[in-house]
This record gives sequence, structure tokens and C-alpha cells, in this order.
Amino acid sequence: MTNVTEDLKTEASLAPALPLERQGSGRRRSRSRKEITSRRVNLLCYGLLAVLVAGLMVPFIWMVSSSLKLNNQVFTVPIQWIPEEFIWSNYTEIWSRIPMMGYIQNTLYLAVIITFLQVLTGSLAAYGFSKVRFPGRDALFLGYIATIAVPWQAYMVPQYIMMQNLGLTNTFWSLILLQAFGAFGVFLMRQYYMTIPDELCEAARIDGLSEYGIWARVILPLSKPALASLALLTFVNTWNDYMGPFIYLTSNRLWTVQLGLRSFVGQFDAEYAMIMTGSVISVIPILIIFLLGQRYFIQGIATSGMKG
Amino acid sequence: MTTQTLKRPKASRTGTSPRSQGNRKQARRTTLIGWTFILPNFLGFLAFTLIPVFAAFALAFMEWNSFSTPEWIGLRNFQEMFGSETFWIALMNTVGYTIGHVPLTLGLALLLAMLLNRKLKGIGFFRVAIFFPYITSLVAVAVVWNMLFNPTTGPINQLLEAIGIANPPGWTSSSDWAMPAVIITSVWRDMGYYMILFLAGLQAIPNELYEAAEVDGANAWQRFWNVTVPGLRPTTFFVLVMLTVSSFKVFDLIVVMTDGGPGRSTTVLSQLIYQEGITEGNFGYSSAISLVLFLIVLTVTVVQFKLQQRKER
Repeated sequence: MTNVTEDLKTEASLAPALPLERQGSGRRRSRSRKEITSRRVNLLCYGLLAVLVAGLMVPFIWMVSSSLKLNNQVFTVPIQWIPEEFIWSNYTEIWSRIPMMGYIQNTLYLAVIITFLQVLTGSLAAYGFSKVRFPGRDALFLGYIATIAVPWQAYMVPQYIMMQNLGLTNTFWSLILLQAFGAFGVFLMRQYYMTIPDELCEAARIDGLSEYGIWARVILPLSKPALASLALLTFVNTWNDYMGPFIYLTSNRLWTVQLGLRSFVGQFDAEYAMIMTGSVISVIPILIIFLLGQRYFIQGIATSGMKG
Repeated sequence: MTTQTLKRPKASRTGTSPRSQGNRKQARRTTLIGWTFILPNFLGFLAFTLIPVFAAFALAFMEWNSFSTPEWIGLRNFQEMFGSETFWIALMNTVGYTIGHVPLTLGLALLLAMLLNRKLKGIGFFRVAIFFPYITSLVAVAVVWNMLFNPTTGPINQLLEAIGIANPPGWTSSSDWAMPAVIITSVWRDMGYYMILFLAGLQAIPNELYEAAEVDGANAWQRFWNVTVPGLRPTTFFVLVMLTVSSFKVFDLIVVMTDGGPGRSTTVLSQLIYQEGITEGNFGYSSAISLVLFLIVLTVTVVQFKLQQRKER
């Protein structure tokens, strides 16, 4: 947990320099002026960070606190951070107010399928782009990168016309087809594969492994961190996606958590507490996944620097 | 597909018999194998990204809606667009959002990264906490902030009144303050993401440089200015490009928070594309707006690249 930093280091060459430095500073004469100032700086940093993080967390704290109140207690003057009485029933009632379970199932279904396809086809293509040499490969990859730079809004309409003609609007198919073959996954995986030495593949070839064998038995096991990063980023992006479902899924039966929550807000404008309850529920899965895999998130973003 | 290529043994890799015919065969085989890896992704990418991208460019010069057949009309969509007041408002709003969002996010992300780039106990917790807003569901974020921004009873205005501001802004219900409200929300949401990029950049700066500067008697500010800033230049450039591009594309946060209102005060370009193209079915006109958005994003990126190159010289 404390060493998220270590994962960020892509350059292994930097590593030897660090322990030396750390050791040196530890051995210095105790109570030197420098040490006292650095301790002061650290303390100051803690203080600053604590204030900052507390400030940043206020919306979340307010969300959770409001979800445990009665509607008329959400906006009290002055603000009540801890409810007088905890209304836990908000959390049982919401399931009967909106088909939350159905929304969660839909979102989960979409997120799992899209993540699986993205990781599978992305890692395959990344292998082709990084470890197999053939003419036209680099030009093709450039095409992939170029489309990452084109704003999605620019081709949103042709995509929509296409899906309409295929009769796939208002089905999960539209979202799966649009999001599962992203250039982003290929890019992220390739970035990682480039750091795996070609000699490894070469050795496996000499040992008689086919290219598919190398991908499955050498590269995949080695790229677990990258696979995890891509899987987590894709899953979270799909779970939180609003515009895709908003454009393509019109019938309530197919709605995702985001759409359900949004329509709940529209319909029950003044039910502040209940709306906050729904918000908390929509965030919990992400919180769990995030806490399980936060180092991979950070790694994935640090290495690719791209939004999904 | 092409299962016969599956059983390709090490064969010519031993490299003893470089017969040219065998080599050519080998090369063709490798090409085929390369393609089988790429194909599953490429087919989907081709059909659902590449073709639509090209189609979008063609559509911009056509008159086409859900009922009519497509007809080539040259620049008429663009004429109509440049004569439309809504287009200019949306463009100015998009620019305004970018001007507010980019420097604030960049500055705060850098500041946070500097604070978080040290070996302190529990630093991981702070990093995670600051990053968390970025992956929180957008609807929840928008809903919570809308309530925080509630002009009469919301916590933000309560706080402002408590510190002596008599007439706090109306935020999302005022056409002057709706955009700042959206910007505040988006900065809060995005800075953790860019903070991570900066953090990665900071950690790539060799420690020796700082030590050398210290030996030379550089104070903290000089170290920052002469070591950190140059060391971070590639990251800053990258963040700047990413931020600007993403700001020009801003869409869902606005849809969920204000839906472009009140009035047209927060309507942005991508929203116009959505409304014209998908709600109204004016495919051609909407694609013309898309093309403008694309050209803006492209220009901004190219200009930033040029500036970056000049700085490096």
C-alpha cells in the first residue's frame, strides 16, 4: 500500500540509486539541522495533505451522510454531518423504488463482456504489433494511434447510423461491438510488451513454441500487471459510462446503473436522501474494485497516460 | 482461421540454409501469423472506429437526415453552421470551459504530485484518496455536486455566507455561474488523474540531479526551477495536450449536471453534435460540427507540439 511509487518506476535502472541514497541519509549524525528541517517539512506536508484530502472527500462524506437522512434533513442550516437518526431503511427501500438490481445486472453483464473482449483481442493484437515483424505493421499501428486522437464525438453519428442499420440500437450488442475493440487496449498492452525483451520470445521459438504458444505461455504470464491494468480501467470505464448507454439503450429493461440513477433523479426530484442512497450504491462496486486493484490503476495510467 | 499456420516449428530460425525461396515463404508465413494476431481486434476496430471516422468526414459535406437519401451539398452545412448563433455560443462555451479547466487542473495536479512525491508513511492512502474522484461514477458526482451547489440551502453557499459573503452565486441555476460550477466539479474530478501522470514524471527525474544541485548550494526554489521544471517538461507537455483535448470534448459531465442550461449558458460543441445528429437526425449538419471540433483539437495539438519543439531548442 505504501509503495505505490515503486510500481510507477518503469526504468529499473533507477532502482540501484535509491537504496544507496536512503541509507546515506539515515546514517547522518542525528539531530543535524538538515534532519530537523526535513522533519518539519514532512510534518507540514502531512498537515497540508490532510486538509486537502479532507476537502476533496467532502462531497463523498456528504453523499454518505445524506443517504442516511430523511429528505427534509438533507438541507438543514447549519449542515448536519452526522444524522440525528440513521435512516437505514433508505438502503432497503430503494430496491423497490427503482429496479436497481436489474440495472446492476445489466451493467455487470456489459462490463464483464467488454472487459473480457478488450483484454483478449487487445493483448493478441499487441503481440502482433510488438513481437511479430511483417510489412505494413507499423503503418497500421499508426492508424490505431491516430484514431485515439480523433474525438469520439466526431464519429459518434456514423457509428449510430451504422448500428441503426444493423438493427442493433437498443441492444447490448451495440455497446459491446463499439467498446470491445478499442484502440486503447492495443496501445496499452503494446506499451508493456515492448518492455519484454525479444530474446525471451526468440528463446521460446528455438525451443519449438509456436507464436500462439509464446503469446499464451510466455507473454501473458509476464504481462499480468498490464492485463490487470487494462482489465480494471476497462471495467471501471464501462461501469461508469454514461453517454454510450444514454445513446443506445432506450428501454428501461436494458438500462445500466448510471441511466437508472439519472432517471431516478429526474423523476423524484425532491427525494434527496433516496437519490444519495442510489449514488452511494452506484459507487460501492467501483470502490471495492478500486481498493483491490489500485496499484494497477495507477500503473496503467502512468504507463499509458490515456483515457479509455 | 488459417489454422494451418499454427504448427510452425522453429525451422529456419537456426539460420543455416538461407535459400531465398525459403526465406520468402517464411516471410509470408510470418505476415500471415502477424495478421491472425491482429485480426480479431482489427475487424472490430475497422468496422466500428475506422470506417465511421472516414464516414464522418464525408457526411459533413452531405445533406442527410433520417428520412432523406444522402445528397452531396459541398460547404452548405458549414455556411449554415457559421450563420447559427447556437453554434457560436457553444463554441465560446467550449473555449471558456477549456480556459477554466486546463490551467486549474494542471496547476493543482502538479502541486498535489509535488506534495505526494515523498517517502512518508501512509502516502499511499493520500494518493488513492485524491485519485478516487476520477473513477467515481459521473452521475453520482454530478448529482452530489448539484446538491452541494444548491443556491439557497446547499453547503457551499452556506459556507460562503458563514464567511461573510452576503450574496453568494446562484451556481447551476444562474447563467453566469453555471459554467464555473461545472468547471469546479470537473477540476475536482480530474486532478487526481493528472496528478498520477505528474507523479510518474517526477519519479523519472534522477535523484542525483537534486543532490548535485544541493551540493552546488541551490535552495528549494532554485531546485524546483532548475531541476523539477525541466525534468517535468515532457510530462507537462503531455498533460497539457491531453487536458486541452479532453476539455474540448467535454460532454457527459455537462449533460448530466446542467444539460447545457440555464438557457444556453453551458451548451458545448459535443452536445450540439449529439442533439443535431442523434436527437434531430440531421446527420450531415451534425458531422460538419464534428469536423470543426476535430479541426480545433488537431490545431491545438499541432500548435502545442510546435511550441514544445521550440522550447527544446
